[in-house]
Amino acid sequence: MRTIQRTLLRDAVAIAAAMVAVGASFGAIAIAYGLPVWVPFLMSTVVFAGGAQFLAVGLLAASPVAAVFAGLLLNARHLPFGMAIGSSMGTGWRDRLIGSHLMTDEVVAFTLAEDDPVQRRRTYWLIGITLFTSWNLGTALGVLLGTAVGDYESLGLDAAFPAALIALILPSLRDRPTRTVALTGAAVAVLATPVLPAGLPVLCALLGLLTLLLPRRAAT
Amino acid sequence: MTLAAIIVLGIGTYTMRLGGVLLRERLELSDSLQRLLPMAAAALLTALAATSTLMAGSGFAGTARPAGVAVGALLAWRKAPFVAVVVAAAATAALLRMAGID
Repeated sequence: MRTIQRTLLRDAVAIAAAMVAVGASFGAIAIAYGLPVWVPFLMSTVVFAGGAQFLAVGLLAASPVAAVFAGLLLNARHLPFGMAIGSSMGTGWRDRLIGSHLMTDEVVAFTLAEDDPVQRRRTYWLIGITLFTSWNLGTALGVLLGTAVGDYESLGLDAAFPAALIALILPSLRDRPTRTVALTGAAVAVLATPVLPAGLPVLCALLGLLTLLLPRRAAT
Repeated sequence: MTLAAIIVLGIGTYTMRLGGVLLRERLELSDSLQRLLPMAAAALLTALAATSTLMAGSGFAGTARPAGVAVGALLAWRKAPFVAVVVAAAATAALLRMAGID
Protein backbone atom coordinates (compact mmCIF):
# COMPACT_ATOMS: atom_id res chain seq x y z
CA MET A 1 0.00 0.00 0.00
CA ARG A 2 2.71 2.42 0.98
CA THR A 3 4.73 1.70 -2.18
CA ILE A 4 1.60 2.31 -4.26
CA GLN A 5 1.22 5.73 -2.64
CA ARG A 6 4.85 6.54 -3.28
CA THR A 7 4.59 5.60 -6.96
CA LEU A 8 1.46 7.69 -7.27
CA LEU A 9 3.16 10.70 -5.71
CA ARG A 10 6.17 10.29 -7.97
CA ASP A 11 3.90 10.13 -11.02
CA ALA A 12 2.07 13.23 -9.83
CA VAL A 13 5.32 15.20 -9.47
CA ALA A 14 6.57 14.11 -12.90
CA ILE A 15 3.32 15.02 -14.61
CA ALA A 16 3.14 18.34 -12.74
CA ALA A 17 6.59 19.29 -14.07
CA ALA A 18 5.53 18.45 -17.61
CA MET A 19 2.28 20.41 -17.23
CA VAL A 20 4.11 23.50 -15.99
CA ALA A 21 6.23 23.36 -19.17
CA VAL A 22 3.27 22.85 -21.54
CA GLY A 23 1.21 25.45 -19.68
CA ALA A 24 4.09 27.93 -19.92
CA SER A 25 4.34 27.47 -23.68
CA PHE A 26 0.58 27.91 -23.92
CA GLY A 27 0.69 31.17 -21.94
CA ALA A 28 3.65 32.55 -23.89
CA ILE A 29 2.11 31.61 -27.24
CA ALA A 30 -1.26 33.18 -26.39
CA ILE A 31 0.54 36.45 -25.69
CA ALA A 32 2.67 36.05 -28.82
CA TYR A 33 -0.56 35.72 -30.85
CA GLY A 34 -1.49 39.18 -29.61
CA LEU A 35 -4.31 38.08 -27.28
CA PRO A 36 -5.03 40.10 -24.12
CA VAL A 37 -3.37 38.89 -20.89
CA TRP A 38 -6.65 37.68 -19.33
CA VAL A 39 -7.39 35.28 -22.21
CA PRO A 40 -4.88 32.51 -21.34
CA PHE A 41 -5.80 32.75 -17.62
CA LEU A 42 -9.52 32.49 -18.30
CA MET A 43 -8.99 29.58 -20.69
CA SER A 44 -6.78 27.62 -18.32
CA THR A 45 -9.33 27.88 -15.50
CA VAL A 46 -12.65 27.74 -17.39
CA VAL A 47 -11.82 25.41 -20.30
CA PHE A 48 -8.92 23.47 -18.73
CA ALA A 49 -8.19 21.26 -21.74
CA GLY A 50 -4.72 21.63 -23.26
CA GLY A 51 -5.42 20.59 -26.84
CA ALA A 52 -8.58 22.69 -27.17
CA GLN A 53 -6.81 25.69 -25.63
CA PHE A 54 -3.97 25.52 -28.15
CA LEU A 55 -6.49 25.05 -30.94
CA ALA A 56 -8.64 27.98 -29.78
CA VAL A 57 -5.62 30.29 -29.42
CA GLY A 58 -4.62 29.46 -32.99
CA LEU A 59 -8.12 30.24 -34.30
CA LEU A 60 -9.56 32.89 -31.94
CA ALA A 61 -8.08 35.96 -33.59
CA ALA A 62 -9.15 34.78 -37.04
CA SER A 63 -12.57 33.34 -36.25
CA PRO A 64 -14.08 32.89 -32.75
CA VAL A 65 -16.85 30.72 -34.20
CA ALA A 66 -14.34 28.30 -35.73
CA ALA A 67 -12.42 28.32 -32.42
CA VAL A 68 -15.51 27.30 -30.43
CA PHE A 69 -16.66 24.72 -32.97
CA ALA A 70 -13.24 23.06 -33.28
CA GLY A 71 -12.64 23.22 -29.52
CA LEU A 72 -15.98 21.56 -28.72
CA LEU A 73 -15.42 18.87 -31.30
CA LEU A 74 -12.00 18.23 -29.83
CA ASN A 75 -13.44 18.02 -26.31
CA ALA A 76 -16.30 15.71 -27.32
CA ARG A 77 -14.00 12.85 -26.33
CA HIS A 78 -14.72 13.76 -22.69
CA LEU A 79 -18.20 12.28 -23.08
CA PRO A 80 -16.94 8.69 -23.52
CA PHE A 81 -14.21 9.47 -20.94
CA GLY A 82 -16.87 10.37 -18.40
CA MET A 83 -18.78 7.20 -19.18
CA ALA A 84 -15.63 5.14 -18.65
CA ILE A 85 -14.67 6.92 -15.44
CA GLY A 86 -18.19 6.95 -14.03
CA SER A 87 -18.22 7.10 -10.25
CA SER A 88 -14.44 6.86 -9.80
CA MET A 89 -14.43 10.44 -8.53
CA GLY A 90 -17.13 9.68 -5.94
CA THR A 91 -20.92 9.31 -6.07
CA GLY A 92 -22.00 12.47 -4.21
CA TRP A 93 -23.19 15.53 -6.16
CA ARG A 94 -20.39 17.74 -4.90
CA ASP A 95 -17.76 15.21 -5.97
CA ARG A 96 -19.29 14.80 -9.40
CA LEU A 97 -19.90 18.50 -10.04
CA ILE A 98 -16.37 19.55 -9.06
CA GLY A 99 -14.63 16.35 -10.10
CA SER A 100 -15.95 16.47 -13.66
CA HIS A 101 -14.16 19.75 -14.31
CA LEU A 102 -10.82 18.07 -13.50
CA MET A 103 -11.31 15.40 -16.16
CA THR A 104 -8.49 15.30 -18.73
CA ASP A 105 -6.83 12.63 -20.88
CA GLU A 106 -4.07 12.16 -18.31
CA VAL A 107 -6.40 11.88 -15.31
CA VAL A 108 -8.52 9.31 -17.13
CA ALA A 109 -5.46 7.27 -18.11
CA PHE A 110 -4.06 7.26 -14.57
CA THR A 111 -7.41 6.44 -12.98
CA LEU A 112 -8.31 3.59 -15.31
CA ALA A 113 -4.91 2.04 -14.63
CA GLU A 114 -6.02 1.39 -11.02
CA ASP A 115 -8.27 -1.56 -10.14
CA ASP A 116 -9.22 -0.85 -6.54
CA PRO A 117 -12.15 1.64 -6.20
CA VAL A 118 -10.63 3.42 -3.18
CA GLN A 119 -7.33 3.78 -4.96
CA ARG A 120 -9.13 4.97 -8.11
CA ARG A 121 -10.83 7.77 -6.27
CA ARG A 122 -7.58 8.83 -4.60
CA THR A 123 -5.75 8.77 -7.94
CA TYR A 124 -8.48 10.74 -9.72
CA TRP A 125 -8.42 13.57 -7.21
CA LEU A 126 -4.67 13.66 -6.64
CA ILE A 127 -3.78 13.71 -10.34
CA GLY A 128 -6.72 16.00 -11.19
CA ILE A 129 -5.87 18.64 -8.59
CA THR A 130 -2.15 18.38 -9.40
CA LEU A 131 -2.82 18.93 -13.09
CA PHE A 132 -5.18 21.85 -12.53
CA THR A 133 -2.68 23.58 -10.25
CA SER A 134 0.42 23.00 -12.36
CA TRP A 135 -1.39 23.87 -15.60
CA ASN A 136 -2.47 27.25 -14.23
CA LEU A 137 0.91 27.89 -12.65
CA GLY A 138 2.56 27.14 -15.99
CA THR A 139 0.12 29.44 -17.78
CA ALA A 140 1.02 32.29 -15.44
CA LEU A 141 4.76 31.72 -15.98
CA GLY A 142 4.23 31.66 -19.73
CA VAL A 143 2.24 34.90 -19.68
CA LEU A 144 5.02 36.57 -17.67
CA LEU A 145 7.59 35.26 -20.12
CA GLY A 146 5.54 36.25 -23.16
CA THR A 147 4.93 39.75 -21.83
CA ALA A 148 8.61 40.26 -21.00
CA VAL A 149 9.64 39.21 -24.50
CA GLY A 150 8.74 41.81 -27.10
CA ASP A 151 9.55 40.38 -30.51
CA TYR A 152 8.47 36.76 -30.47
CA GLU A 153 9.61 35.92 -34.00
CA SER A 154 13.25 36.77 -33.29
CA LEU A 155 13.09 34.27 -30.42
CA GLY A 156 11.55 31.61 -32.65
CA LEU A 157 8.39 31.30 -30.53
CA ASP A 158 6.33 30.89 -33.71
CA ALA A 159 8.16 27.58 -34.26
CA ALA A 160 7.62 26.53 -30.62
CA PHE A 161 3.82 26.38 -31.03
CA PRO A 162 3.59 23.79 -33.84
CA ALA A 163 6.45 21.80 -32.28
CA ALA A 164 4.57 21.64 -28.97
CA LEU A 165 1.45 20.46 -30.81
CA ILE A 166 3.38 17.76 -32.64
CA ALA A 167 4.86 16.50 -29.37
CA LEU A 168 1.33 16.29 -27.95
CA ILE A 169 -0.26 14.42 -30.87
CA LEU A 170 2.58 12.13 -31.89
CA PRO A 171 1.57 9.26 -29.55
CA SER A 172 -1.95 9.08 -31.05
CA LEU A 173 -0.47 9.02 -34.57
CA ARG A 174 1.18 5.66 -33.90
CA ASP A 175 -2.19 4.10 -34.70
CA ARG A 176 -2.23 3.63 -38.48
CA PRO A 177 -5.85 4.56 -39.40
CA THR A 178 -5.62 7.62 -37.13
CA ARG A 179 -2.38 8.63 -38.84
CA THR A 180 -3.94 8.35 -42.31
CA VAL A 181 -6.95 10.41 -41.24
CA ALA A 182 -4.80 13.05 -39.54
CA LEU A 183 -2.21 13.46 -42.31
CA THR A 184 -4.85 13.58 -45.05
CA GLY A 185 -6.79 16.16 -43.06
CA ALA A 186 -3.64 18.22 -42.50
CA ALA A 187 -2.84 18.18 -46.23
CA VAL A 188 -6.39 19.36 -47.06
CA ALA A 189 -6.07 22.15 -44.47
CA VAL A 190 -2.74 23.40 -45.85
CA LEU A 191 -4.03 23.34 -49.45
CA ALA A 192 -7.22 25.16 -48.42
CA THR A 193 -5.40 27.91 -46.48
CA PRO A 194 -4.71 30.23 -49.46
CA VAL A 195 -8.31 30.06 -50.68
CA LEU A 196 -10.55 29.85 -47.60
CA PRO A 197 -11.12 32.46 -44.86
CA ALA A 198 -8.99 31.96 -41.72
CA GLY A 199 -10.32 29.32 -39.32
CA LEU A 200 -12.09 27.22 -41.93
CA PRO A 201 -9.05 25.32 -43.28
CA VAL A 202 -8.42 23.59 -39.94
CA LEU A 203 -12.07 22.48 -39.83
CA CYS A 204 -11.65 21.09 -43.37
CA ALA A 205 -9.22 18.58 -41.84
CA LEU A 206 -12.29 16.61 -40.76
CA LEU A 207 -12.57 15.56 -44.43
CA GLY A 208 -9.65 13.28 -43.57
CA LEU A 209 -12.21 11.03 -41.85
CA LEU A 210 -13.44 10.12 -45.34
CA THR A 211 -10.30 8.00 -45.79
CA LEU A 212 -11.98 5.51 -43.44
CA LEU A 213 -14.51 4.84 -46.20
CA LEU A 214 -11.82 3.72 -48.63
CA PRO A 215 -11.74 -0.03 -49.17
CA ARG A 216 -9.25 -1.53 -46.76
CA ARG A 217 -6.16 -2.98 -48.45
CA ALA A 218 -5.59 -6.70 -48.05
CA ALA A 219 -3.78 -7.90 -44.93
CA THR A 220 -1.20 -5.38 -43.80
CA MET B 1 -16.48 38.18 -28.79
CA THR B 2 -13.34 36.55 -27.44
CA LEU B 3 -14.83 36.47 -23.94
CA ALA B 4 -18.07 34.93 -25.23
CA ALA B 5 -16.15 32.34 -27.25
CA ILE B 6 -14.13 31.23 -24.21
CA ILE B 7 -17.21 31.06 -21.98
CA VAL B 8 -19.16 29.00 -24.54
CA LEU B 9 -16.20 26.68 -25.01
CA GLY B 10 -15.83 26.32 -21.24
CA ILE B 11 -19.52 25.58 -20.63
CA GLY B 12 -19.69 23.18 -23.57
CA THR B 13 -16.61 21.29 -22.40
CA TYR B 14 -17.90 21.04 -18.84
CA THR B 15 -21.28 19.81 -20.08
CA MET B 16 -19.63 16.98 -21.99
CA ARG B 17 -17.44 16.07 -19.01
CA LEU B 18 -20.35 15.97 -16.58
CA GLY B 19 -22.70 14.49 -19.19
CA GLY B 20 -20.63 11.35 -19.60
CA VAL B 21 -20.48 10.85 -15.83
CA LEU B 22 -24.22 11.36 -15.27
CA LEU B 23 -25.53 9.56 -18.35
CA ARG B 24 -23.28 6.58 -17.86
CA GLU B 25 -26.11 4.10 -17.45
CA ARG B 26 -28.62 5.71 -19.79
CA LEU B 27 -26.46 6.56 -22.79
CA GLU B 28 -24.94 4.15 -25.24
CA LEU B 29 -22.39 5.57 -27.69
CA SER B 30 -21.96 3.43 -30.76
CA ASP B 31 -18.58 1.77 -31.20
CA SER B 32 -17.94 3.66 -34.42
CA LEU B 33 -18.59 7.02 -32.74
CA GLN B 34 -16.26 6.11 -29.88
CA ARG B 35 -13.64 5.34 -32.51
CA LEU B 36 -14.28 8.45 -34.60
CA LEU B 37 -13.99 11.05 -31.82
CA PRO B 38 -10.27 10.57 -31.08
CA MET B 39 -9.58 10.48 -34.82
CA ALA B 40 -11.41 13.75 -35.39
CA ALA B 41 -9.38 15.27 -32.55
CA ALA B 42 -6.11 14.03 -34.05
CA ALA B 43 -7.09 15.41 -37.48
CA LEU B 44 -7.89 18.88 -36.10
CA LEU B 45 -4.70 19.12 -34.05
CA THR B 46 -2.48 17.79 -36.86
CA ALA B 47 -4.06 20.28 -39.27
CA LEU B 48 -3.43 23.13 -36.85
CA ALA B 49 0.21 22.02 -36.45
CA ALA B 50 0.66 21.76 -40.23
CA THR B 51 -0.95 25.08 -41.13
CA SER B 52 0.82 26.99 -38.37
CA THR B 53 4.13 25.44 -39.46
CA LEU B 54 3.87 26.04 -43.20
CA MET B 55 1.58 29.01 -43.65
CA ALA B 56 1.64 32.66 -42.60
CA GLY B 57 -1.63 34.34 -43.54
CA SER B 58 -2.46 32.91 -46.96
CA GLY B 59 1.17 32.53 -48.13
CA PHE B 60 4.06 30.28 -47.20
CA ALA B 61 5.91 30.82 -43.93
CA GLY B 62 9.44 30.85 -45.37
CA THR B 63 12.36 28.76 -44.11
CA ALA B 64 13.16 29.50 -40.48
CA ARG B 65 9.85 28.45 -38.92
CA PRO B 66 9.38 25.14 -40.80
CA ALA B 67 13.04 24.27 -40.14
CA GLY B 68 12.62 24.93 -36.42
CA VAL B 69 9.45 22.84 -36.26
CA ALA B 70 11.18 20.01 -38.17
CA VAL B 71 13.96 19.90 -35.55
CA GLY B 72 11.36 19.85 -32.77
CA ALA B 73 9.33 17.13 -34.50
CA LEU B 74 12.43 14.98 -34.94
CA LEU B 75 13.22 15.29 -31.23
CA ALA B 76 9.61 14.50 -30.31
CA TRP B 77 9.74 11.43 -32.53
CA ARG B 78 12.93 10.33 -30.72
CA LYS B 79 10.92 10.74 -27.49
CA ALA B 80 12.91 13.69 -26.18
CA PRO B 81 11.35 15.53 -23.19
CA PHE B 82 8.67 18.09 -24.06
CA VAL B 83 10.77 21.05 -22.90
CA ALA B 84 13.67 19.98 -25.16
CA VAL B 85 11.30 19.78 -28.16
CA VAL B 86 9.90 23.27 -27.64
CA VAL B 87 13.23 24.94 -26.85
CA ALA B 88 15.06 23.28 -29.76
CA ALA B 89 12.35 24.35 -32.22
CA ALA B 90 12.43 27.95 -31.03
CA ALA B 91 16.24 28.08 -30.88
CA THR B 92 16.63 26.70 -34.42
CA ALA B 93 14.23 29.26 -35.87
CA ALA B 94 15.85 32.08 -33.88
CA LEU B 95 19.40 31.12 -34.95
CA LEU B 96 18.39 30.87 -38.62
CA ARG B 97 16.84 34.33 -38.47
CA MET B 98 19.94 35.67 -36.73
CA ALA B 99 21.94 34.29 -39.67
CA GLY B 100 19.69 36.21 -42.03
CA ILE B 101 17.61 33.24 -43.22
CA ASP B 102 13.89 33.80 -42.75
